[in-house]
Amino acid sequence: MKDTLERIRREALAKMEESMDMDHLNEIRVAYLGKKGELTQVLKGMRNVPPEERPQVGQMVNETRAALEAKLEETKAALAAKQRELQMQAEKIDVTLPAKKNKVGHRHPNTIALDEVERIFVGMGYEVAEGPEVEYDYYNFEALNIPANHPAKDEQDTFYITKDILLRTQTSPVQVRVMEKKKPPIRMIAPGRVFRADEVDATHSPSFHQIEGLVVDKNITFADLKGTLGEFARELFGEGTQVKFRPHHFPFTEPSAEMDVTCFKCGGKGCRMCKGEGWIEILGCGMVHPKVLKMCGIDPEEYSGFAFGVGLERIALLKYEIDDMRLLYENDIRFLQQF
Amino acid sequence: MNTAYSWIKAYVPDLDVTPQEYTDAMTLTGTKVEYYDQLDKNLEKIVVGQIEKIEKHPNADKLIICQVNIGTETIQIVTGAPNVNEGDKVPVVLDGGKVAGGHDGGPMPEEGIRIKTGKLRGVESHGMMCSIEELGSSRDMYPEAPEDGIYIFPADTPVGENAVHVLGLDDVVFEYEITSNRVDCYSILGIAREAAATFGKEFIAPKPEAAGNDEKASDYISVEVQDPDLCPRYCARVVKNIRIAPSPEWMQRRLAASGIRPINNLVDITNYVMEEYGQPMHAYDLRTIAGNKIVVKRAEEGETFQTLDGQVRNLDTEMLMIHDAEKSVGIAGIMGGENSKITDDVQTVLFEAACFDGANIRLSAKRLGLRTEASGKFEKGLDSNNAALAIDRACQLIEELGCGEVVGGMVDVYGQKKEGRRIPFRPNWINRFLGTEIPTEEMLSYFKPLELEYDAEKQEIVTPSWRQDLEGEADIAEEVARFYGYAKIPTTLPTGEATTGKVSFKHRLEDVARNVAEFCGFSQAMTYSFESPKVFDKLLLPADSPLRQTIVITNPLGEDFSIMRTLPLNGMLTSLATNYNRRNKNVALYEIGNIYLPKSLPMTELPDERTQFTLGFYGDGDFFTMKGVVEEYLSKIGLREHIEYVCDPENLRPYLHPGRQADVVYDGRTLGYLGELHPQVADNYGIGERTYVAVLDMPSLLDLATFDRKYEGIARFPAVTRDLSMLVSEDIAAGQIEAAIRRRGGKLLEACSLFDVYEGSQIQKGFKSMAYSLTFRSKDHTLEEKEITTVMNKILDALRKMGIELRQ
Repeated sequence: MKDTLERIRREALAKMEESMDMDHLNEIRVAYLGKKGELTQVLKGMRNVPPEERPQVGQMVNETRAALEAKLEETKAALAAKQRELQMQAEKIDVTLPAKKNKVGHRHPNTIALDEVERIFVGMGYEVAEGPEVEYDYYNFEALNIPANHPAKDEQDTFYITKDILLRTQTSPVQVRVMEKKKPPIRMIAPGRVFRADEVDATHSPSFHQIEGLVVDKNITFADLKGTLGEFARELFGEGTQVKFRPHHFPFTEPSAEMDVTCFKCGGKGCRMCKGEGWIEILGCGMVHPKVLKMCGIDPEEYSGFAFGVGLERIALLKYEIDDMRLLYENDIRFLQQF
Repeated sequence: MNTAYSWIKAYVPDLDVTPQEYTDAMTLTGTKVEYYDQLDKNLEKIVVGQIEKIEKHPNADKLIICQVNIGTETIQIVTGAPNVNEGDKVPVVLDGGKVAGGHDGGPMPEEGIRIKTGKLRGVESHGMMCSIEELGSSRDMYPEAPEDGIYIFPADTPVGENAVHVLGLDDVVFEYEITSNRVDCYSILGIAREAAATFGKEFIAPKPEAAGNDEKASDYISVEVQDPDLCPRYCARVVKNIRIAPSPEWMQRRLAASGIRPINNLVDITNYVMEEYGQPMHAYDLRTIAGNKIVVKRAEEGETFQTLDGQVRNLDTEMLMIHDAEKSVGIAGIMGGENSKITDDVQTVLFEAACFDGANIRLSAKRLGLRTEASGKFEKGLDSNNAALAIDRACQLIEELGCGEVVGGMVDVYGQKKEGRRIPFRPNWINRFLGTEIPTEEMLSYFKPLELEYDAEKQEIVTPSWRQDLEGEADIAEEVARFYGYAKIPTTLPTGEATTGKVSFKHRLEDVARNVAEFCGFSQAMTYSFESPKVFDKLLLPADSPLRQTIVITNPLGEDFSIMRTLPLNGMLTSLATNYNRRNKNVALYEIGNIYLPKSLPMTELPDERTQFTLGFYGDGDFFTMKGVVEEYLSKIGLREHIEYVCDPENLRPYLHPGRQADVVYDGRTLGYLGELHPQVADNYGIGERTYVAVLDMPSLLDLATFDRKYEGIARFPAVTRDLSMLVSEDIAAGQIEAAIRRRGGKLLEACSLFDVYEGSQIQKGFKSMAYSLTFRSKDHTLEEKEITTVMNKILDALRKMGIELRQ
């Protein structure tokens, strides 16, 4: 009996050891541990064993069964692992095959640039405001210290609807509208579409976009203007960007300036993009003219402010190195897809 | 505005800077130098040589061999020039030197042309004699230069001298961008004054002194200004015994460097003074002035006038004219008359230097379509004090140049003398405004060279009359800032009460629109707000459509840009057509932009500007693709329910396919529409594929949209599904069936989805087979069969009433 068990144990373990797949392993299980299996047969033969030996034999049978079952599980796990490994080998793919893309659309470069500018100024506590594109002459000119017959009106080649209503030539009228409605402190930017009677060519469009900025509060200084716009330039064009302010003239600011930034392509060494100058003109700015404050009902003795205007297309063209402004309004998908 | 460096230096003699230094410094004090041109940048080793001997070339008929004395030696030069003779003094570029261009005057190479010793048809040539074109200029600027030949110097020119210097080409021409407020800087003197202040050098203005003879101008001419509102000052002087001749070289050179072509002494003097003082002048032949009288007054109604360019001009009563006792002789400040112009036999000249109202000149010139050098200056609004100085300067030059005999005295009609302004000077305020700590003394030191006087007692700045731009304290602050240096002003950030950065709700809705459109495959387009009135026909709008009531631009760039759009489709369709023509496949675009609906016409108030979210595509997809995008967006802005797609046959949109269009309706309000483009419209735009568009009116969404969300819980009890198959008459829309199912299904109906529609051979004509899957669920218990049967019966009942045959 004992010998039989010993043999069963040896044979079964050996067979399991050699087993190559699950089916074969199952056959072994049935052959030894199944209802008609050898070990079960031994158990059935217990009745022939003298009662006094039964406990001992029983224990031996149980030990054999436990050993076989343990080996069975172990082999099963090994086989399963092996099988998974084979499966994974078979499933190997060429990861350099082309991707299956979702057809996602593309944002207009103007908007990408605008999103950037808005993000920067909203982060600095500015509100994004809007104003009408068809505007009164008063807001577009008069309230900005550009009285009737002022030459600046001609310079801007205004599209007129009636004597008093026009297509705004700048986003600056939003300054006036905001100041009329709100008391300082004011920090706002106003992006929007503006219009000037320029024939379409590579650098001109009769319709383009500006972003106006305005800060009015107590003790706002020209130094604040410089600091704020320098910060803006570094955010937009990179940490190393330097700025330069040159005196200029706008009727609604005094002192006025134009701001140049170091060329973001050559870093200021001079290249084709900056026409060898190392600097690129980016925006116009200045301290809000006291007359403008007064016309908006803000006391220039108590408050001061600065304002600036950025050409959005200019930023987009420069930032993305687009060489023809017409591309921005053609909407050729091959152009848009590059953004 | 252009100036030669030498001309500036004439009034700032100590100025000694490189062109780049000048450019940088002037730009930083506000006189922006756009560009400079070093006239001699490609001129090297060029001297004055004298031709001592000319021989024929042995091997070429058209060449000659010259022995040229260049001071230090005599060299041999072979030339083909036809105009040289023995004894001529000519510019000679020596071996290894450089000239600017070829003799044909064509485009000049960037690096110039290097000249080397060589052989011409076997004969050695050690340099080249130069034409004015080879020296980088032209006969326009050097009228004495021969056409097609070597430039020949006057006989007294020293041999061996630097020819570039002799020609005045060792100069730099600066081109400035002068801002419109700085009228005074449209003159050499104005810029010289700025240069002196910028570099801390002395400014020495010319002192016009022209005593004239013992006669009196007032005996020759009288002046009456009838419209002093348009002519604050009129100065007249008389010059007799005029001797027309070329002006001296130094004057020609300065004019040439400023881009003004020398003509003769009289014209050149006028131009010279206009450059120097910024004051235009006009010269009349005194013989033509009837009654020896000048009258300044507005033109007569319906008057016509022949200007000295021969054109007949139609005048109006707001145009200021110069008359004599009988007739008009000039349009004030714009152009003189044919009837009084100077001819070569002129003997006595009447000089006019006046000050006219800038705006009036600008508007008159615009109405006449005649903008001249003079009107361009006058329209900026000149300093009336300048007129007398300028006319005296002109007379001084006439005497110096021997151009005529100046008659003594001036007839000067000057009403209210223009004085400088008095502006309070508060150094503390300026420092507070700029964010600086500049000492008062330093500020005052900036004012001095600008001739801004300081009245210490009243603590006021007195401005010179030419600085019309200085009106208030902020202007004074700018003077301080630009000479202190913008760069030296500190950089700080605003302090004070914090503000919250924010965007409007409208802005957020537009952001979501962009995101949804882009995730659905649409790219952002931008199109113009103005278009042609022809687009209404292209879009098949009926003649009486209210959308044809548009805002019209009075001065458009052309008919194609003449009206403000009242619907956004033209831009979209034009962009799609552009893509289609370029054979781009599967193009999907969106735009967020305004339409402009006038509240009344003609306009008395601003129009209703309505932002439209417009989508359009051709290629993969159909009506339902577009509907999906619309639904996706509406759902993202909180409009998941109560949206209906309504197609009212009585109110079809003419630009859309009549059977494939719908209005997007929320609670009875139309939010927009979508549909397939009418094939005729597609043809009109040249789009050869089915095209789908959708337009949502953003203002209509504004008060409906919400980003508030409430969690409704996840169902804990099982759902029961039932499929319904039915035979439906073709004219019943899916929307009607779904509405009926939802109405009867009540709270227990969780979802209802169409999973099959079939029309065809298996189904009788006029019918379609439809199959819905209904999901029922209760929030608080497991549904019993009984409950489902009840609700299903209600639904079936409703469907049967619609004439629908159920196929269970």
